[in-house]
Amino acid sequence: MKFGILVNEGPYTHQASDSAYKFAKAAIDKGHEVFRVFFYHDGVNNGTALAVPPQDDRHIPNQWSELAKQHNVDLVLCVAAAQRRGMLDEDEAKRNGKSANNVAEGFRISGLGQLIEAGIQADRLVVFGD
Amino acid sequence: MTMLHTVNKSPFERNALDSCISLAKAGSSILLTEDGVVGAMQGTSHSKKIEEAMANISFYVLGPDLKARGLSESNVVNGVKVVDYSGFVDLAADHESVQSWL
Amino acid sequence: MEDGDQVVKKFMYMNRKAPYGTIYALESLEVVLIAAAFDQDVSLVFADDGVYQLMKGQDTDDIGMKNFSPTYSALGDYDIKKIYIEKESLEERGLTLADLQELKYEDEDDDWAEKDSIHLVTRAELADVIDAQDVVFSF
Repeated sequence: MKFGILVNEGPYTHQASDSAYKFAKAAIDKGHEVFRVFFYHDGVNNGTALAVPPQDDRHIPNQWSELAKQHNVDLVLCVAAAQRRGMLDEDEAKRNGKSANNVAEGFRISGLGQLIEAGIQADRLVVFGD
Repeated sequence: MTMLHTVNKSPFERNALDSCISLAKAGSSILLTEDGVVGAMQGTSHSKKIEEAMANISFYVLGPDLKARGLSESNVVNGVKVVDYSGFVDLAADHESVQSWL
Repeated sequence: MEDGDQVVKKFMYMNRKAPYGTIYALESLEVVLIAAAFDQDVSLVFADDGVYQLMKGQDTDDIGMKNFSPTYSALGDYDIKKIYIEKESLEERGLTLADLQELKYEDEDDDWAEKDSIHLVTRAELADVIDAQDVVFSF
């Protein structure tokens, strides 16, 4: 079965991203496909390349990056939500005249249409948020 | 259609469980996750809601979230089934759609 | 579910939060407007504190945030005409439909007559609407 996942909260403050990750991993382990994880609202902060959590804590952005790498999961940060919150990839940084970019490996920035498309194409869309 | 509803809010803090129960159709399922798991415990001022709704709706609770909070599986309301993340995936797959009561 | 080659799913946007205290109402509306371009069967639900999103007379000047409530009146132009408001949620909050914006659409099959987009539904009726959905977005 094809799953789409929506994550509405950022890392660490709320459990949503952890729950979504555990769900995605369990789905993949069972042989399902997680075809896209869409990050919206503060959820876009899960895609930061600049997080440095303590050694003894999980590294949420890295967990997602690894999942994307190993299982070909499409991690999409909503462009409108990302711009509001200072999450920029190289292109967006250039376009907006910013000196740095901060999107972690495996994540890409795209429009809300990717969320709607996930809703259309996935057999189930599961939402994690506050 | 059968729907899986997920509730991640404690009934002591928010009304998500109330709204979910009042809008879930007979034959659907409700999975309690994150802080929502406290709603599954027996002997609380909210236990009755689940006990009554159970006549028409199947209730599940996410075991890892219970365990993390020091809540014992043996103290959940009778008839609430404990599942792990793999069980959560099965529930999502076995129902026709999933609604999260955020 | 199939409409020619194009899959048409029943998409529902569930709004249960008041505006301004958190960004969910605004960013939910942004999704709805984008989604309109995808020709899906879209419904919006306003229940619990979500009904406050549609209050008339919102004025955000003094809190320094953008008042996005006028945007709801444009939903009809985006062909979004199934807007469900839960009656009990209004009553619990001492509100009636008269406290909310009127939302209209022009019916192309009826000489562009202006019609109400808002459907006031009881909890039991809303349960049926929810149960019929393929995809539920909540924010």
